[in-house]
Amino acid sequence: MLDFFLGHYAYWFTIILLAIGLYGMLMKKNLVKKTIGLSIFQAGVILFFVSVAMKEGATVPVKAYGLPVSEAANYMNALPHTLMLTAIVVGVATLGVAFALIINIYNRYGTLNEEELLDKIQ
Amino acid sequence: MDLTYIPLYAVLVSLAAVPFILLSSKKPNLREFWTILAGVIKFLLVLTLLPSALEGNTIELELLEIAPNLPLVLKADTFGVFFALIASGLWIFTSFYSIGYMRGHHEKKQTRYFASFAICLSSTIGIAFSGNLLTFIIFYEMLTLATYPLVIHSETKKGIAAGRKYLTYTLTAGLLLIAAAGITYSLTGTLDFQAGGIFEGVELSQTMAVTIFILFLGGVGVKAGIMPLHSWLPSAMAAPTPVSALLHAVAVVKSGVFGVIRVVGFIFGPEVMAEFGLNEILMVLAGITVIVASLLAFAQDNLKRRLAYSTVGHLSYIVLGVALLTETGLIGSIMHISFHATMKITLFFCAGAIMVNLHKKNISDLNGIAKVMPWTMAAFVIGSMGLAGIPPVNGFVSKWYLATGALEGGMMLPVIILVISGLLNVGYFFPIIHRAYFRKGGPELEGHTEASPFMVVPLFSTAVLSILFGLNPDLFFNFFDMATSVASTIFNRL
Amino acid sequence: MIGSEIPALIPVTYILFAILIPVIGLWKREIVWHLSLLGTGIATLFSAWGMMHLIQTGETIRYFFGGWMPPVGIEFVYDGLAAFIVLVINAIAFLVLIHSKEISKVEFPGKKMAYYTVSMLLMLGFNGMVLTGDLFNLYVFLEISSLSSYALIAIGEKRAPYAAFRYLIIGTVGGSLYLLGVGFLYTVTGTLNIIDMHEMLPMVIGHSSVIAALILMIVGVGVKAALFPLHGWLPDSYTFASSTSSALIAPIGTKVAAYILFRVVLFLFGVELIDEQLPVTTIIGVFAGIGILYGSIMAIAQSELKKMLAYSSVSQIGYIIMGISLANPFGFIGAVLHILNHAMMKALLFLVSGSMRLKEGHSLITKFDNSYRKKYPWTMAAFTTAAISMVGLPPLAGFFSKWYLALGTIDNSNWLLLAVILISSLLNAVYFFRILEKVYLNNPETESSEETEILEQDEVGFSMMFPMAVMATGLLLVGIFNAYIVNVIFTMFPAGF
Repeated sequence: MLDFFLGHYAYWFTIILLAIGLYGMLMKKNLVKKTIGLSIFQAGVILFFVSVAMKEGATVPVKAYGLPVSEAANYMNALPHTLMLTAIVVGVATLGVAFALIINIYNRYGTLNEEELLDKIQ
Repeated sequence: MDLTYIPLYAVLVSLAAVPFILLSSKKPNLREFWTILAGVIKFLLVLTLLPSALEGNTIELELLEIAPNLPLVLKADTFGVFFALIASGLWIFTSFYSIGYMRGHHEKKQTRYFASFAICLSSTIGIAFSGNLLTFIIFYEMLTLATYPLVIHSETKKGIAAGRKYLTYTLTAGLLLIAAAGITYSLTGTLDFQAGGIFEGVELSQTMAVTIFILFLGGVGVKAGIMPLHSWLPSAMAAPTPVSALLHAVAVVKSGVFGVIRVVGFIFGPEVMAEFGLNEILMVLAGITVIVASLLAFAQDNLKRRLAYSTVGHLSYIVLGVALLTETGLIGSIMHISFHATMKITLFFCAGAIMVNLHKKNISDLNGIAKVMPWTMAAFVIGSMGLAGIPPVNGFVSKWYLATGALEGGMMLPVIILVISGLLNVGYFFPIIHRAYFRKGGPELEGHTEASPFMVVPLFSTAVLSILFGLNPDLFFNFFDMATSVASTIFNRL
Repeated sequence: MIGSEIPALIPVTYILFAILIPVIGLWKREIVWHLSLLGTGIATLFSAWGMMHLIQTGETIRYFFGGWMPPVGIEFVYDGLAAFIVLVINAIAFLVLIHSKEISKVEFPGKKMAYYTVSMLLMLGFNGMVLTGDLFNLYVFLEISSLSSYALIAIGEKRAPYAAFRYLIIGTVGGSLYLLGVGFLYTVTGTLNIIDMHEMLPMVIGHSSVIAALILMIVGVGVKAALFPLHGWLPDSYTFASSTSSALIAPIGTKVAAYILFRVVLFLFGVELIDEQLPVTTIIGVFAGIGILYGSIMAIAQSELKKMLAYSSVSQIGYIIMGISLANPFGFIGAVLHILNHAMMKALLFLVSGSMRLKEGHSLITKFDNSYRKKYPWTMAAFTTAAISMVGLPPLAGFFSKWYLALGTIDNSNWLLLAVILISSLLNAVYFFRILEKVYLNNPETESSEETEILEQDEVGFSMMFPMAVMATGLLLVGIFNAYIVNVIFTMFPAGF
């Protein structure tokens, strides 16, 4: 049982991060805090990909002397990492849009607290 | 002569009249001219199909494939021509009558009225000439939509409520029909109307057969006014009287019973009907409807509502005849489609004439009106006699065949139902006639004379037609021959 | 030959115009509308051409970016389904943008340049999602389209930014879940290419990662497609966005997401594998069915036209997803046809609501009256056409997609879903005829019939009438000639049908 947990510790970290992110988005009233939760959620997914590509004792996927290319086990899989570069860019863009919206909401209603916001909307 | 495209033209001619009607909305005379022109052309077109229909030929025209393996087909078989002939023929009478009624009543939005009417007729002829169930459904739904503006024509609260009720009933019916068609299609791979049915050789469980049949019955039964699906019809009497006359005594409701016969004779076929006892369901419902509707008719003081309940009852005569599954019974049913049409349209015309002329809607106000409107009431008497089944009016002929058909099938109960209902018919028409002829009218009748000839001529002509058909059912259009040939194709398929 | 370059040309057109519009817009602000039309117009032509090319040759075009073959490189797959969806969304976007000419002057006067730039990006995202054959690439395009749609929705009424923010939170979670699902699949198959992965999946189908991935992907895409119960973002977003945004996003956005479900359920996993571990299709079908009824009932309860249409979208998207869940040929045909039909109907209805807002300043159903019939006879005629098609009466297009869906449910002996289709048609009738009654009939309580007779016609301008007329005519033509389209859909079937 313990082995199961330890063996999948990267998965558990991902799940914990996702849970924290979800908690932030659902329970926090402040829109900025919700956005922080969103970022944590995305980071969880990104870290998952990164951990998947990690290999014990392997090196960066640049051809090195003494490590034959034919033995792929010597190299880490670069693809997930590169994918995550894109995902990080997406995350940044999302944050940008989110903050633009938040500024806009603040200018219109003068508050970022969701409850007050809903009161003012009604 | 090449008749291939005649059914298409017959469907389209009144649709083509719609733009003309809309464009001449400012000139009433021109507008009505288009209606009547379209009506006459339509009737003549259908009439050209009569000789081939009498020979038992079928004219089939595949228009386009509207869904894979499901073409839009117009098929003018004997039964289709029969129904088209009645609908288009009576449309001409109704058009003349409409002119008198609508103007006499100073109705608003007459353009919309005449335009919708034309679309209704196109849909009805489309229903008559539908070669498969999908085509039938398309025209059936078109009819529903086109009738809606006519039902709510008065735009009063009552009218709108009636319109909602009408839509609820008919749209639900359409959906059930679609479901039934879908299941049929997935079982048989075809939706063609074939005399004798398409279910032959299809594995069908009892539950499945009953389910499909109930769905079909829900689909076509609403328009056919089978209880408990009838209650839209009395409400729809909020429409102007010509609408009630043509649509709620001929086109719409007869499309329903036409559909019943198509389903029983051309989708299921008599063997399948009998095998699963489906005709018994039909017979019980129809029998109950005949009696209950006649009883309910007694309770109505509004003349049009009484006629509506009478219609409900008589529609179920037709359904009852179908359910007998005997050739003679079916002949009686088919005859009753045409004969009930001429009689009931007469009665509605009379009711409308009384309403326009004397502004009386209720039976209790009709005292002494025969003196003022002798022609109208004479026609009314003829119509009621026919519905009660008294010779020499045509209603007797069809009832005779219905009763004979029941006896042929070895069934007594339908005969008893027919007799009781005939008595009830007498019972609810007699007081009207009694009041009109033998009670003394009030002072408000003074100064009134017979209604405008636009109304009296059509209503009296249909009454005369009823008698003529009673004396010789084969007169003019060989209705009897057609009915016989339809029945024999269904029962003795080649 | 250029035919094989089509898959790349369509997104490139949008990229080009997304750059051109701000550059030229700085110099000449008036022509951004024309530029956006040019962009969508060219893309529409390309997609129409591609569709013709595909029908003639019958060959799927696989376009490898930079010549890198999959699984290393990214490919665009231009098969029948993709070509069809691309054509539909580009044509609808073109028509909607024509309509936006007048609305843009009133609803977002100072932001035209930004607006049209973002709408080009939105279309880039949608087209990319449809065309790509790579699951991660799909995520990128998904986010491009989502970020653009957050921005477009935020340009609207006072409440729009908050609605957009909520959509952003929910939408990003959806996107991330999808990405996580892709990650799981990647760990077991080692590829991201859909075609490649489809061949690998039978070997690893028993792995628990696969089923987790499937659920994550369906939930993630389901958020974007507004599959019940993940639809919460949709009503407010569509209601408070500017009329053009709703007309642009409502008919296209959820359809593209539904298309992703097509890809995942029927093409990536395929009919044989999808139900291997869990009765996935049944579960989707149940939610779709509940969504259809829920959306229709909520639509009846609304008094604001746009909000009603938004809930109606929840219901209609259910039809498409139901078609997927049936996983049989008729269901597939019904769903694909419904994508086309519903795109036209919903775009048309949102355009009418936009026109009403422009002319009357509101789109409250309670304030509709029969003066509209006199003032806007053609707009109302178009509305009636769309309404009747939504109810599903023949011979309009809406009837046929329902007909095929019904046949699909019957083929699966799924009587419950058949009943759902029938009941929801009735519910549609309730909320549309309610409006038609108001527009076409005198109100018996107010007796205002005399006034309406003297009202002058005040129809909307050509730029607004034209797209509505095209779509209304389209509904009729698609209805009558649907067999031709269905014959094309036959060629799009995934393996296993």
